[in-house]
Amino acid sequence: MQSVSRQGQEPRSGPWWTRRWVQWGGGILLLIFLLLFPYLFPRPFLRRMAILVLLWSLLGLAWNIIGGYGGQVSLGHAVFFGLGAYTSSILLERWQVSPWLGMLAGAAVAAIAALLIGWPTFRLQGHYFAIATIAAGEIFAILFRNWEWAGGAVGIYLPLIRGDQLVNFQFHETKVPYYYIVLVMALLAVAVTYALERSRAGYYLRALRADQDAARSLGVPITRYKLIAMVISAVLTAIGGTFYAQFVLYISPNTVFALMLSVQMCLVAVLGGLGTIAGPIIGAMVLIPMAEYTRVFLGGRGGGLHLVVYGLLIVIISVFQPAGLVGLLRRRTRPTPPPAMPTPAEEGIA
Amino acid sequence: MSLLETHGLTKRFGGLVANQAIDFRLEKGELVGLIGPNGAGKTTFFNCITGFYRPDEGRVFFRGRDVTGWSPERICRAGIARTFQVVKTFRDMTVLENVMVGAFLRHPRPAAARAHAEAVLETTGLTHLADVQAGGLPIAYRKRLELARALATEPEVLFLDEAMAGLNPGEIQEAVAMVRRLWEQGLTIVLVEHVMEVVMPLAQRVVVLDYGQVIADDTPERVAKDPRVIEAYLGERFAREAREG
Amino acid sequence: MDLTILAQTVASGLLIGLVFSLLAVGLTLIFGVMDIVNFAHGEFLMLAMYVTYWLWVLWGMDPLFSLPISALVMFILGALTYLLVIRYVLDAPMLAQIFSTFGLMIFLRFLAQVLWTEDYRRIRGSLLEGRIEIAGVFLGRPEVAAALGGIITTAILYWFLKGTRLGWALEATAEDRTVAALMGINTEWMFTLAWGIGSACAGIAGTLLATFYPIFPEAGAVFVLVTYVAVALGGFGNITGAFVGGILIGLLQVVGGFLWEPRFKDVLVYGVYLLVVLVRPQGLLGRR
Repeated sequence: MQSVSRQGQEPRSGPWWTRRWVQWGGGILLLIFLLLFPYLFPRPFLRRMAILVLLWSLLGLAWNIIGGYGGQVSLGHAVFFGLGAYTSSILLERWQVSPWLGMLAGAAVAAIAALLIGWPTFRLQGHYFAIATIAAGEIFAILFRNWEWAGGAVGIYLPLIRGDQLVNFQFHETKVPYYYIVLVMALLAVAVTYALERSRAGYYLRALRADQDAARSLGVPITRYKLIAMVISAVLTAIGGTFYAQFVLYISPNTVFALMLSVQMCLVAVLGGLGTIAGPIIGAMVLIPMAEYTRVFLGGRGGGLHLVVYGLLIVIISVFQPAGLVGLLRRRTRPTPPPAMPTPAEEGIA
Repeated sequence: MSLLETHGLTKRFGGLVANQAIDFRLEKGELVGLIGPNGAGKTTFFNCITGFYRPDEGRVFFRGRDVTGWSPERICRAGIARTFQVVKTFRDMTVLENVMVGAFLRHPRPAAARAHAEAVLETTGLTHLADVQAGGLPIAYRKRLELARALATEPEVLFLDEAMAGLNPGEIQEAVAMVRRLWEQGLTIVLVEHVMEVVMPLAQRVVVLDYGQVIADDTPERVAKDPRVIEAYLGERFAREAREG
Repeated sequence: MDLTILAQTVASGLLIGLVFSLLAVGLTLIFGVMDIVNFAHGEFLMLAMYVTYWLWVLWGMDPLFSLPISALVMFILGALTYLLVIRYVLDAPMLAQIFSTFGLMIFLRFLAQVLWTEDYRRIRGSLLEGRIEIAGVFLGRPEVAAALGGIITTAILYWFLKGTRLGWALEATAEDRTVAALMGINTEWMFTLAWGIGSACAGIAGTLLATFYPIFPEAGAVFVLVTYVAVALGGFGNITGAFVGGILIGLLQVVGGFLWEPRFKDVLVYGVYLLVVLVRPQGLLGRR
């Protein structure tokens, strides 16, 4: 055993981009860039794209909390997005409640839904869990499609409020306020993830992702922590749902409860790299412009050619970079473990 | 009452009786070996005590409290920690982070958990590997890491499930020394081993399981001479030799 | 309540359930052999419907005769999917596997939309058209043919897996691919075969469905979501379980739609599934 000690690793000797001051400096520069973005690139197309990238960063970060850190692959997150969007929209349309209050109400509704979905399904693992979340998502989609009071399959057109005031959460003269609102939301998700990563809950989630039995043997109440992660994730996703409703001013079951939406939230996080803060942001920065540009260049001819390309790209990425884009960097930053010693039985005798 | 007791503990899988009415006592400060041929029900017994299986009959008492059917996490909180026969390290966490997961049980604040985990790494001789990812460690280190992780929960009783299996003779010696040191520091330890030779010099008392039943419970010297124990092990040896030709 | 109506309802639930069974059996075969869920399974079904349609429109070939052709086409497509995509994600994380087939699903669905538009197409005047009457219960001949096709194909598949050397090798690979490889089984070929056969099941189901169901790019999506539920309900990788699960789903849909409201029929399917896994997380017939 002594043979390994001389190979002990000096932990902080990674490549330059792992140094703390580089990361912090880069983060601050990125923040300044993001704050100035609407004025550096005033074209509406780019502004819209930036808003979408930030919205999807928020959604990817939210999904990442339960799916990345907790390892529970949910393909039903559209439920929380849809509930966020519908709650604030119905409150606004029926009772003229401010969308900001509606956002809080939507987050609360989504949190309750997270508990209701999580409680039965968190006993399932792997594909069983994924299929169960799809089933839960479809139940909500069908119910909302047929719930006439909530607009049925047609959905809800949000009442327009002129005046472009922050309290109204609607802006018609310029879209710039939307940009800053969603930027704050995405930063909130970053802050939540940052805090989580360093807390007991963050460690517990990573532990139960790796091995549930081992985690339990160390006193980790796994279902409780999965539920905590699911609720946090649902609340952030619902906030994104309200933002979407206020930005687009029209929602329908087919747009906010769609399975494709759930899948794309997961895809953004997976593409960038699971269980990291940068992952979902990088994922959104790559995937959303890719989708938008293919839509602009190929979508004009109608018929969904851009989605053909989009699908093909997803296949190619999962074949060639299954660990996500962050995996490209990380492969070289983590200290390498000592070489394996020759042992008679690798895993012990089962 | 003893520190840990089982009364008539029985566990069945379908028609197979893995544990049959096991009465077991463990006193504070003991170092007990639990041995038996393959398939004798040692790991099942472990799983019943540590909450991974719910026994079909019988009860488990820990410090006088009935803990039968408690969840593993609750058992751990009560003060019983365990390791696994097939190591279950958190592969993509570092060695320090692995141990911190255990330390968080009694130290909810990250800084305190880290400090405690570092102290545990020190006593288990893993400090130099603190920032290495656990998944790439050789088996001997992963077993030791699992021990460290369990220690970090500050247990009163430690159940080690085949902590020496798969190690080479030098590594076994180190592991034996570490177990002895922990015991001398006051920890109560139950050592499950398939290989008798590892347990005999270490344990004060040896309990032998065969076909799910306790067939001997005595000092290592007397157990080694017990004809039923010899028969159980010889039977296994003959069976193995017959199988391997 | 009129008994005939109930019988009518149960019978049609059973018939469509047998089509779900065939789809589910194909899906679970692939899963059983390599632990991968094919999210493009519904798109294979949809493509088979188009194959049947174009053979009918262009060359007047009756679906009854184009059945082997679409089965063969889907076999080749499935095998190619394995060889070009799945082979590279066999040891990748589960999410990479999900997305490789999910991307394929999007690709195929919208490719069909680009090539053949979103229009609904129908095959009219095939040999199978018409109805038959059994004891006052009217059944569409295409539905009956589809159900029979489902039973026959599943039976043949079952015989193949249990009664032939090749099937036995496939099962051995499903059990433990390392051991199978040690025994001299070419696992690579077995994986290709599993994808081919599994997809051919979708191909047969597609042709059978095309005789009475509209053909459009999202047709696969309509069927496949509940098929996943059928597979999970039966227990992933369990052929018998998938067969039973498919029938259960068909019955639930029709009976639920009848007793409650047709538009909520799938709520019942998903709800029952969630209730079942609450009690038996491994599915009805699945092993732990």
